[in-house]
Amino acid sequence: MSFLSNLINGLSLGSVYAIIALGYTMVYGIAKMLNFAHGDVIMVGAYVAFTIVSTLGLNPIIAVVTAIVICTGLGMLIERVAYKPLRNAGSPLAVLITAIGVSYLLQNIALLIFGANTKIFQSVISVPVIKLFDGQITISGETSVTIVCCIVIMIALTLFVNKSKAGQAMLAVSEDKGAAQLMGINVNGTIALTFAIGSALAAVAGVLLCSSYPSLNAYTGSMPGIKAFVAAVFGGIGSIPGALIGGILLGIIEILAKAYISSQLSDAIVFAVLIIVLLVRPTGLLGKKITEKV
Amino acid sequence: MSKFVDSIKSNKKLQSNLITFGMVIILYVICQSLAAAGILSNSMKGLLIQFCYYIIMAVSLNLTVGILGELSLGHAGFMCIGAYTYGIFAKVLSSGNLSRTAILLISLVLAAIIAAFFGFLIGIPVLRLKGDYLAIVTLAFGEIIKNVTGSLYIAKDSHGLHFSLNGTSDMVLDADNLVIIDGPKGITGLTSGVSFTLGTILVIITLIVVLNLINSRTGRAVMAIRDNRIAAEATGINVTKYKMLAFTISASLAGVAGVLYAGSLSTLTSTSKNFGYNMSIMILVYVVLGGIGSIRGSVIATVILVLLPEKLRFVNSYRMLIYAIVLIAMMILNWSPSARAWREKMINKIKSGKKVKEAK
Repeated sequence: MSFLSNLINGLSLGSVYAIIALGYTMVYGIAKMLNFAHGDVIMVGAYVAFTIVSTLGLNPIIAVVTAIVICTGLGMLIERVAYKPLRNAGSPLAVLITAIGVSYLLQNIALLIFGANTKIFQSVISVPVIKLFDGQITISGETSVTIVCCIVIMIALTLFVNKSKAGQAMLAVSEDKGAAQLMGINVNGTIALTFAIGSALAAVAGVLLCSSYPSLNAYTGSMPGIKAFVAAVFGGIGSIPGALIGGILLGIIEILAKAYISSQLSDAIVFAVLIIVLLVRPTGLLGKKITEKV
Repeated sequence: MSKFVDSIKSNKKLQSNLITFGMVIILYVICQSLAAAGILSNSMKGLLIQFCYYIIMAVSLNLTVGILGELSLGHAGFMCIGAYTYGIFAKVLSSGNLSRTAILLISLVLAAIIAAFFGFLIGIPVLRLKGDYLAIVTLAFGEIIKNVTGSLYIAKDSHGLHFSLNGTSDMVLDADNLVIIDGPKGITGLTSGVSFTLGTILVIITLIVVLNLINSRTGRAVMAIRDNRIAAEATGINVTKYKMLAFTISASLAGVAGVLYAGSLSTLTSTSKNFGYNMSIMILVYVVLGGIGSIRGSVIATVILVLLPEKLRFVNSYRMLIYAIVLIAMMILNWSPSARAWREKMINKIKSGKKVKEAK
């Protein structure tokens, strides 16, 4: 029974990773850049929700919506100011370092506004606890909401990318920027839209993450951000179902490793599994194999 | 003598290398004379040794990123290995009659060998991957090294060494035991303080190793692989061998930097602050801002960027904020095509302005 409840906890943590990884993977697919600041957008989202619920005492739904709106704006702003000027710089490292700069910037702004003390995040979820098998397994409201959110987001995003015009434009731009432009697709607009969606997902992930693990400080987002990046690579970076599978597997492995092997070494185990997967499948579980041309 | 001068004049690469060495030596002399004159504050004195190990880290990372052309995000892991090699060695021999200098020198050699060994071991799987996948795996290895060293317990008694992952209470120890690594508490009771002179000597050795490597047949082979792997393979270059060689040397030098780092501390711990991916990324920032592939650039950028947060202390809580903004601004001004075009236009304007004046 304890195994089953660990599995459910893993599924919940994995769902958060999957939501973050979706943002990572979409941005990577379209802009071919590792957005290191993505983890810090999560932190911003969590702080916004924290301020509205705990400081202003407003309704949690307002908090979630405001967090999504602010993070979406922030994501687009970051893209416009920091990444767009470097899009044709010819060096992927230049954008990478700029992303790291943005990450430092967001962390330090948060430090200045909210201070270095860790805040206790008040959960925004008020769903009753589910009890199974005569109370042997209890599923908290946070866990069930997180898993449901992940499923809903996943379905919505798949439909959006495959059915809508904007989604098709995204696929086209990630395939070939130049050809997409020739077909009359607004490349800059599409990339901005991708950042907007990714950041909105990060805000949702931030609120969900901090509802389950309630400590919040300026560095809250960086480790989940890195883990989600690992999840995205694990599933095959650039692939949306890959991000889901990678995220959920990673969450389950982490929780099981914590429960049965060693809590201190759980991160090391997660990374070791990643290495093994990449050795067997060098482009991740669902990644496309790229044949090299001479 | 004049022959020697002539040979320097005709050899551009040698000239450029000599400038790099000269720079380091001049920097050393300035710092030492300032310290002797008592102008340097205590915090600045602490920075001197930081200059040394960060320069070694940046130069060795530049070997991987700039010369070999592979993005590594786990360089701090090798530094961690070097640091723990020194820590364990110094702790075990602390009761012996070896002098501190001898311990330092022996552990420098040991750390270089052990870090090289780990570099080789990690290089086997890592160098089979490409691009961002390679980057994430190096990051993963760095985190694993940090995580394992941070949760390892090693103790010594008359029966030999004992290892554990759960705690010192888990081991059956004699009364005369000596706890070497106490898990997250790390290695305590080390003698802190490494001389700036030793640090500078190591920087110069690093520069000699890396610059000679670049200008050798091996270095040219490595750069050929960077520029076009398939073409290099077609000309008969053993790609795996040269990639491994560059990666191993880079790891080994990072191990040396780790000894310098650990030598300046009294307690050595392995946390995400000192050996995590944040450290690897910080070193990468030095390398990229100094210019990828430019060894002298790495040295200059490291000195400036180590100094910058220290010099910004007067703005206190805003200093990392300013650092971040400077970083973003520098990257955009340096790399964005529009900023480059504008810069070229301004330079042309100044040049043509001069010509107009001359014509008049």
